[in-house]
Amino acid sequence: MSGTPDNPSTDAPSAVTRRTLLGRATVAGLLAVPSAGLLSACLGSSDDDKQDQAEGTKSAENPLGVKEDAPLEVVIFNGGLGTKYATDVHIPSYKAKFPKAEVKFSQTEEIATQLQPRFSSNTPPDMVNNAGSKLMDMGALVQAGQASDLTDLFEAPSLDIAGKKVKETLLPGAIEQGTFNGKPYVLNYAYTVYGLWYDAALFKNKGWAVPKTWAEFTALCDTIKAAGITPYGYAGANAAYYQYLVLLTSAAKIGGTDVLKNIDNLEDGAWTNDAVKKAAEAWAGIGAKYSDKAFLGQKHTEVQLQQNQGKVAFYPSGSWLENEQAKDTPATFKYAVKQLPSVGGSDKLPFTAIFAAPGEEYWAAAKGKNPRGAQEYLRHMLSKEGAKKFTELTKVMTVVKGATDGLTISPGFTSGAALATAAGENAFSYRWADWYKKLDDECRSATNELMFSGGTAEKFCERMQKAADAVKKDSSIQKFKR
Amino acid sequence: MRRGRYPFIIGFLAAPVILYVTFVVLPYVEAFYVAMTDWRGLSPDYNFVGLDNFAALLDNERFWKALRHHGVLLLVMPLVTIFIALVFSFLLNVGGSTKPGQMAGIRGSGFYRVVFFFPQMLAIVVIGVIFGRVFAPIDSGLINGALNGLGLGPVLFMADPDLALWSIIAVLVWQGVGFYVVLFSAGMASIPRDIYEAALIDGANKFTLFFKVTLPLLWDTIQVAWVYLGIAAFDAFAIVQVLAVADGGPDGATTVIGLEIYQQAFRDSYFGKASALGVVLFFLTLTFAALTLRVTRREAVEL
Repeated sequence: MSGTPDNPSTDAPSAVTRRTLLGRATVAGLLAVPSAGLLSACLGSSDDDKQDQAEGTKSAENPLGVKEDAPLEVVIFNGGLGTKYATDVHIPSYKAKFPKAEVKFSQTEEIATQLQPRFSSNTPPDMVNNAGSKLMDMGALVQAGQASDLTDLFEAPSLDIAGKKVKETLLPGAIEQGTFNGKPYVLNYAYTVYGLWYDAALFKNKGWAVPKTWAEFTALCDTIKAAGITPYGYAGANAAYYQYLVLLTSAAKIGGTDVLKNIDNLEDGAWTNDAVKKAAEAWAGIGAKYSDKAFLGQKHTEVQLQQNQGKVAFYPSGSWLENEQAKDTPATFKYAVKQLPSVGGSDKLPFTAIFAAPGEEYWAAAKGKNPRGAQEYLRHMLSKEGAKKFTELTKVMTVVKGATDGLTISPGFTSGAALATAAGENAFSYRWADWYKKLDDECRSATNELMFSGGTAEKFCERMQKAADAVKKDSSIQKFKR
Repeated sequence: MRRGRYPFIIGFLAAPVILYVTFVVLPYVEAFYVAMTDWRGLSPDYNFVGLDNFAALLDNERFWKALRHHGVLLLVMPLVTIFIALVFSFLLNVGGSTKPGQMAGIRGSGFYRVVFFFPQMLAIVVIGVIFGRVFAPIDSGLINGALNGLGLGPVLFMADPDLALWSIIAVLVWQGVGFYVVLFSAGMASIPRDIYEAALIDGANKFTLFFKVTLPLLWDTIQVAWVYLGIAAFDAFAIVQVLAVADGGPDGATTVIGLEIYQQAFRDSYFGKASALGVVLFFLTLTFAALTLRVTRREAVEL
């Protein structure tokens, strides 16, 4: 293999070429881990320079002591709800009260990308709507002292509901949802009810009655299956939490809301509780008999579309569903939502009990220039007028009690509102999935295993208990109680 | 002449060195430091925790899973990609006529060259989205649509934990082959024709040509390809992020270290832990590159 001068693989220069190439490859390798370097880009000044904060005098007209000419900076997440409710309703409402104040509005689709550097340099905006797929970890923000204590806001008189404090105008659980270790830091403004969604028109056509007991549920599923429709489905690829939410709703209905409280507080044996086991067993039966393994590889939009096409009967979700699917829903399709059927005859909570959670985080930055103005802004959001107009623009209920009474927006909205009314005080939720992301991950996988991959209730409970115990033991994870 | 030399060299070197130090070296040094803190990225405050973040990795099941996946990627992806690319480039360059004096690729090789290189032109996210449709378990999925039609489906490419990683590897190979076909073609073009012709006159068939002539003369290029692919095997973040179900799922069956870093940092706000992972990845890649340099150097001597 020698001789030919134009053969580059045997003579000396080629060896050099190869070595240079390999050398370059090494450099490429070093560059292949840029994330490590980028992470620290924002770790800069660690001096604790607080900004000067604007303060006015408190009075009956101005209960939060807002400085009337202090500018206010508001950042709104631009997602499913849009931003019109802020620019057209809440900001004008604030400006009407404080005409001298300048309100600086900005919106973003990626909250963390925009705001994280501002929080790590202690120059945050005043009021933040922390939402979307790139939201910042609320527990971490509270721990870092970035959110204002909202006790004053909830104790202040309501803006337009005479004689009532703000806290008295809210639905049950509204303040609790934003409470971290005993103090309220976040206003969860939107009120979401969860249940089984179906096409009321289709059910009416076929003469199917929505089931109240588990026996009725499985009997109806048999009928639906015989009609060539998949009775039940959820998206295993990215929305398994819709399924564990209904599973735990069933558990709470069987064993009472303490079941969920114990899970939140990482109590020993909270997941291996009989109620959780029974609920898991019931749902595993639905997964095995009345669903389709193919959902395991599908995203929520894909499964929802199949429901719109009449291929899936029941779908577990929250009250944003109708709005989310508005584009793909045929005119004949009428969204409706129903409570989960009771699993046993001796459930602790009635059939009408539902999982309902205040969501969408709005809060005042503690180290902003105008934290009092930010709290006042939240008070305007919580006025009856502000809440009603928000619902009209977004088709989403708020935590303000009775603000949308008599409002007819869409069949799905009416159905969801009826669920909330029927539930009354029997509305509950949990917090663990937000507090401990690791458990959320684990539960999604465990749920998919339970529903589609031959898992059992026993395995599900043990797997979750093991994960919860691990989180409890891990001192690097911040803990919460409720 | 000598007097002007140093200012000249310094003048040329200063800019790249400053850029490199500012944008590569310093962030690395800082990442090493952040890896030893509990910084959460949402305030300027943090505590120094020593090696706790690294100790926590030992118990982190997903970290070990990711490491295993890199092992599989490292073994399978370069081998398969290089094999396919070699076969293709051989066919394109010398696979056609075997009559002496008429060495050429198979008919239409110009067309195939473009086709093979096509995936390389697409952004990795686009490829992820395309294969999302190819692998989709419903009737609109390219493969499962056909399988369902035959009553054989669906095959859960991304949702079956035993299949998911292999599906990802298949996509990476599909995407990578084109580049290496071009690389090897360039290498083959520089192999003198007369060697082939001599072999042909001696009665060599195509297999002998490939194994006795092409492969040995291309060995250096193949080694380079192996290093490149090995480094690519430590990445795979983008395709997993776009294509895999449930964030590197199902159940962590496709997770890679890059994805774990992303999750820890930008979803869970544990920048300290994420940096620790980054440091580990840094050393893994470095070790791999150093090892390969060693091994290939020895082989070069043997040759």
